[in-house]
Amino acid sequence: MTVDRLLPDQDAKDLIDLTREIADKELARRVDEHERAETYPDGLFATLGGAGLLGLPYPEELGGGGQPYEVYLQVIEELAMRWAAVAVATSVHTLACFPVHAYGTPEQRERWLPDMLAGRLIGGYSLSEPQAGSDAGALTCKAERVETGYRITGNKAWITHGGIADFYALFARTGEGSRGVSCFLAPGTAEGLSFGRPEEKMGLHAVPTTSAHWDGAVLAGDRLIGEEGQGLQIAFSALDSGRLGIAACATGLAQAALDEAVAYAKERQTFGKRIIDHQGLGFLLADMAAGVDSARATYLDAARRRDAGLPYGRQASVAKLVATDAAMKVTTDAVQVFGGYGYTREFRVERYMREAKIMQIFEGTNQIQRLVISRHLAK
Amino acid sequence: MNIVVCVKQVPDTATERKLRSDDNTLDRDAADGVVNELDEYAVEEALKLKEAHGGEVTVLTMGPGKATETIRKALAMGADKAVHLSDDALHGSDALSTSYAMAQALNKVGFDLVVLGSESTDARTGVLAAMLAERLGVAQLTLANKVDVDGTSITIQRITDYGYDRVEATLPAVVSVVEKINEPRYPSFKGIMAAKKKPVETLAIGDASIDPSQVGLAAAWSEVVDFAAAPPRAAGTIVKDEGDGGAKAAEFLASKKFI
Repeated sequence: MTVDRLLPDQDAKDLIDLTREIADKELARRVDEHERAETYPDGLFATLGGAGLLGLPYPEELGGGGQPYEVYLQVIEELAMRWAAVAVATSVHTLACFPVHAYGTPEQRERWLPDMLAGRLIGGYSLSEPQAGSDAGALTCKAERVETGYRITGNKAWITHGGIADFYALFARTGEGSRGVSCFLAPGTAEGLSFGRPEEKMGLHAVPTTSAHWDGAVLAGDRLIGEEGQGLQIAFSALDSGRLGIAACATGLAQAALDEAVAYAKERQTFGKRIIDHQGLGFLLADMAAGVDSARATYLDAARRRDAGLPYGRQASVAKLVATDAAMKVTTDAVQVFGGYGYTREFRVERYMREAKIMQIFEGTNQIQRLVISRHLAK
Repeated sequence: MNIVVCVKQVPDTATERKLRSDDNTLDRDAADGVVNELDEYAVEEALKLKEAHGGEVTVLTMGPGKATETIRKALAMGADKAVHLSDDALHGSDALSTSYAMAQALNKVGFDLVVLGSESTDARTGVLAAMLAERLGVAQLTLANKVDVDGTSITIQRITDYGYDRVEATLPAVVSVVEKINEPRYPSFKGIMAAKKKPVETLAIGDASIDPSQVGLAAAWSEVVDFAAAPPRAAGTIVKDEGDGGAKAAEFLASKKFI
């Protein structure tokens, strides 16, 4: 079903229309095949980039779309309604552009951002390590100063688009402690960089997630983004925005599950009437709709605060928590509405339920979100 | 090269399409208007020719005020400007009078090459390209799945049952294209924004020296006398396969004279 969106202006409406056209033709038609076969959709991100959908919340002067988060996130949600893996990778790409945009020098921004924002260069985000996920400060990947720049040694994990992306926002240790981490814009082709086999995931099959192994690759000095030691500050400020992207992905996924469930409940008959007309099922669907709407309202509130220049870290964490928990519940209930059919791979709701689970885990587990929220409360 | 692409707004084939009960013409308000699909291929080909040879791409459409949405789409894809032939007197024009009105508009706008889709999804007459070429007195190159321009000469490839024809002509010319010719680009968000600032000239029939007695429903050579909704499909026959399914299927086909 088409979501009736509240949008700030005609340009935003046109953007959503364009997104829907591309999402219907390029995503909805290809998603089942690629998710089932676990194959990467070659050329798809080039199409999204060509349409201008890979740099939406960045300034037009640098090749971005100049859109507020309120609009950008609804584009992500529309993508997620058709293909969660593509929406997540789009959100991660946008996140990977953040360090250069927010902390890069004017030279760095002009050199890289136009290609990144146009989607000619696809980005990944490389903060996590096998032993450092929620506790990002525990990362050990080393960046040693050498004559020509920085030598990188260590292992990174859980990289969306790993091995495929053209660049990675890489966080590595230049010193000790929480002020000893630095941010780099690493090319995907760096000599001495290799990637692990794609993880065998529960869902999001079409876009690979890999580990990365840095074996003394040397990055030129101008690949350092921000100051030495500023890495964790950059990583965490990027994550506030990234969490909103995931909240939007989760909302789109939940909306898709609701749409499938409602359509099925209007068609399927038991005891002489449509199952949506049985109060037990009708109320379940009503709760699902309430979950989707509240997820959307919550991320949009955080986005509007961000767009207005207000603090939004707490609201971003609330949005991520609320939207991803809603997605888990709504997709699980969608399977319930379908009964036994919902448990088979014939129907998309089975996939939605698998895809929802990761949303409660990545870009800060929902336990970390609660930690962030409670620390705000304790201030 | 001055390229004019003719585009038509048609009712979305995904929605229910209706005729009007008062004059038996298409009910344009009953369904969402979209760009005729083959015309998107025409726009794409025009843009490719411009990218290769330089020049300008002008969009020409004939239709009611609502057709501006279609013009915007073509401009968002990258066309430079548009001409909208719009006049109440044109309502109900058949293929012949449409070709007359469009030819008059094309003469006013000027062109080296006219590109259009080989047919529309609503009327599906597929004759406009030939009629336009005749009225304009220029070469017609129809059903192209490949177009090459070299100076003032133009060559197209037309797929046939036995292979393909190569058809050559000298510009100016009219080319109609089929869907195998290219893959139309999506407009970009920037293209959509830029399209809002591109010039759209609206022509009434007087502006294009169109004789009102030759257009519109009254001047139409063909007339829709009556129409009815397609009858609902009859229920199918379900054959349970008890080892003789193949024979029963063959019997069914034979009863319908398929075999």
